[in-house]
Amino acid sequence: MEKEILRGGQFLVKETSCENIFTPEDFNEDQLMMKEAVTEFVDREIWAKKAQFEQKDYALTESCMRQAGELGFLSISVPEAYGGMGMGFVDTCLVCDYISGATGSFSTAFGAHTGIGTMPITLYGNEEQKQKYVPKLASGEWFGSYCLTEPSAGSDANSGKTKAVLSQDGKTYKITGQKMWISNAGFCSVMIVFARIEDDKNITGFIVEYDPENPNGITMGEEEHKLGIRASSTRQVFFNDTVVPVENMLSTRGNGFKIAMNALNVGRIKLAAACLDAQRRTITESVKYANERIQFKTPISSFGAIRQKIAEMATNCWVGEAATYRASKDIEDRITLRQNNGKDTHQEAELKGVEEYAIECSILKVAVSEFVQKCTDEGIQIFGGMGFSEETPIESAWRDARISRIYEGTNEINRMLSIGMLIKKAMKGHVNVLEPAMAVKEELMGIPSFDVPDYSELFSEEKNIIKNLKKLFLMVAGATLQKYGEKIEKQQQLMLAASDILIQIYLAESAILRAEKMANKEGEDNVKEQIAMAKLNLFHAIDVIETAGKHSIISFSTGDEQRMMLMGLKRYIKYVNMPNIIELRHIIAEKVINENKYCF
Amino acid sequence: MKILVCISHVPDTTSKINFTEENTKFDSNGVQFVINPNDEFGLTRAMWFKEKQGAEVTVVNVGTSETEPTLRKALAIGADGAIRINTPATNSFSVAKQLANVAKDGAYDLIIAGRESIDYNGGMVPGMLAALIDANFVNNCINLDVEGSDAKATREIDGGKETVSTTLPLVIGGQKGLVEESDLRIPNMRGIMMARKKPLTVVEANETSKETTSISFEKPTPKGAVKLVASDNIDELVNLLHNEAKVI
Ligand SMILES: Cc1cc2nc3c(=O)[nH]c(=O)nc-3n(C[C@H](O)[C@H](O)[C@H](O)COP(=O)(O)OP(=O)(O)OC[C@H]3O[C@@H](n4cnc5c(N)ncnc54)[C@H](O)[C@@H]3O)c2cc1C
Repeated sequence: MEKEILRGGQFLVKETSCENIFTPEDFNEDQLMMKEAVTEFVDREIWAKKAQFEQKDYALTESCMRQAGELGFLSISVPEAYGGMGMGFVDTCLVCDYISGATGSFSTAFGAHTGIGTMPITLYGNEEQKQKYVPKLASGEWFGSYCLTEPSAGSDANSGKTKAVLSQDGKTYKITGQKMWISNAGFCSVMIVFARIEDDKNITGFIVEYDPENPNGITMGEEEHKLGIRASSTRQVFFNDTVVPVENMLSTRGNGFKIAMNALNVGRIKLAAACLDAQRRTITESVKYANERIQFKTPISSFGAIRQKIAEMATNCWVGEAATYRASKDIEDRITLRQNNGKDTHQEAELKGVEEYAIECSILKVAVSEFVQKCTDEGIQIFGGMGFSEETPIESAWRDARISRIYEGTNEINRMLSIGMLIKKAMKGHVNVLEPAMAVKEELMGIPSFDVPDYSELFSEEKNIIKNLKKLFLMVAGATLQKYGEKIEKQQQLMLAASDILIQIYLAESAILRAEKMANKEGEDNVKEQIAMAKLNLFHAIDVIETAGKHSIISFSTGDEQRMMLMGLKRYIKYVNMPNIIELRHIIAEKVINENKYCF
Repeated sequence: MKILVCISHVPDTTSKINFTEENTKFDSNGVQFVINPNDEFGLTRAMWFKEKQGAEVTVVNVGTSETEPTLRKALAIGADGAIRINTPATNSFSVAKQLANVAKDGAYDLIIAGRESIDYNGGMVPGMLAALIDANFVNNCINLDVEGSDAKATREIDGGKETVSTTLPLVIGGQKGLVEESDLRIPNMRGIMMARKKPLTVVEANETSKETTSISFEKPTPKGAVKLVASDNIDELVNLLHNEAKVI
């Protein structure tokens, strides 16, 4: 059977079969070898030199980036025509994932270069620009940075004050302005700079070369002293009449905001991936410590309180993997499909492929960045006082994790984007929410059936719950939209609540499908920890969804309407055979503790 | 120069070791396999010969199809071709005989094996192989240079080193020192992509006689907890050593 590729956002209104999702268990031999190669690189070159990175040795970052270039890690997603490997989107995510093994610090340098530093040119550059810049960026001869943020333009990225003024002879632009928080500024040779021409509504992108010997009006601020990610150089960049040939305009005038947003879209799922191995490493370090640390004459890993943490940490990580790789493969398939249809060049196919799943990309960015934060926080707790010491790797892991909730669009912005984009997709008819929403309305009017279906098959009830949670989303979000219409964007708390529901649905479904796929292949008895993780996660998801749903309903409805919706809420979160989650946690923790590492 | 590097497919050192079938078989469930470390030092030295002296490098393994990922990793690191001799590696002598067939057919000048593989630690294959193909042999080799058909090799001996001169064809049992750990190569992405395009030839085993068979394996008894004795309590120490540990 051919795989049905759902369009972006359609997961909300359609069912997916477990055979149609890609999971880390589906990595092929080459992918496994890539994973090993990246891990070996991180172990040898990054993790082993962690202390030196913590001393803010940016020359070391630069030399490690060059090594990454030699190993081909910088060119995974670059087309072969420009000196890259032309590998698929899953491969790209896999490398982003495992490069984050040193708990995320070096991965910012890596991500800023390969993602926002290189992608705008591969995706929007013309042939000359691509020939000139991409091979050198792919090999690591040059490094890239991305200059969008300004002191007065952060989340409001299109409001930048940096100007680009055309010369009288029409051959060059002069760029003047101040950019801040620029990753890789300390050692880049190419900058993607966004500036405004005259009083244009939208900014324009430029490729700007930087040579410290011949600075062309560019000066750098000092290195920022940051809470974490000390393997990543971050500076302000000042442009003072920097002369840029007109040929270096990216795409067309006024298209910069679109470029900036699309570059970030791709970046978001890669960032989610780059929060995964940081979690695996943190879990492994924590469980090793818990197995060795003796208190009250027993290893602390035998205490329920610690086992609970280990189980929850492992579950989040595993769920994050399920959702990230599911989406990465959907994107890859979409790109291939578009390309095979012959309508799109690879460039267009990739752009549209990722744009299609922008909702999922935002969901993942938010969810997985919050997982890594929780994971490192509990990691410190497991280490106790030692976790607070710079001597243990957990301390920096916690500091390194914090940034992921801020950059690539803050989690608030991404939460609201996920809902905003969904509404747009619904309006365009790309995701048909209207009919399902009407059906839900009707169902709510009717009398619920009190028959308990046959739930004996694995996950039959859980899958039914997922269906109901989707209905719940349609009920809550539908009513919110009806109430506020276009002004919904002003109702941020409601947008955030709706987004929480959406996020939980995507993750819970991905986890159940991953466990189901494994159970089908290996037998339920052999994947009992995975089944436990999928159920534990769903259980938590229901809690989050119930809270978010309740907050929304009681804020915008009253009387009968409120009563009916609260009843609907109750009906849609019903879990007949509720699992004993303490038992589930023990099953999961037992395995991780026995293996002395994150082992799924 | 034609080099053959013998590659053993062994469990990663952090693997949990268990046995099945009434302790007669290693339980490979959930075990990650790697290139035997001593062989990896040899392979890395072979890559040096390839790059500096234009050698052609083939890797060989005696094993079932499960070992192919390990051979492909060697190809990704840079070997030109791979041969798998299709039979399970059961004991040193039969492995050496299988390797000898391939070695003779290919007329290799230099055969690099590891001093021992870290799974069963027999340490016999390289010596047997050298005898079977009538080649010179240097074991515990920590340095190797080749010029024309002359070779200069250094081997580790009790308490020191010995440098010997010899001629090709030569078999070495290599180890760390041939190259250092920091010289080991991480396969690069292009190498991984190319590995599939390089030849991996499967040859059938000639004869699969079993001169020795494993009857059973036993794990060492796990180390007990450490008992701390106060430094001024000599009597207790003597008592424990005498009555509990029974060593004095
Ligand atoms: C280490 C580091 C590296 C970075 N690297 C780069 C880089 O390489 N290139 C680059 O261009 N930028 C980079 N950035 C900038 C980063 O993308 C911005 O910091 C981020 O987009 C947030 O902008 P801001 O800091 O101005 O925060 P603000 O926009 O001021 O946000 C402050 C708070 O207000 C909230 N908020 C803002 N607007 C809204 C709204 N409309 N509704 C609700 N809440 C809102 C935010 O969610 C946040 O909680 C980096 C930042 C850091 C810290």
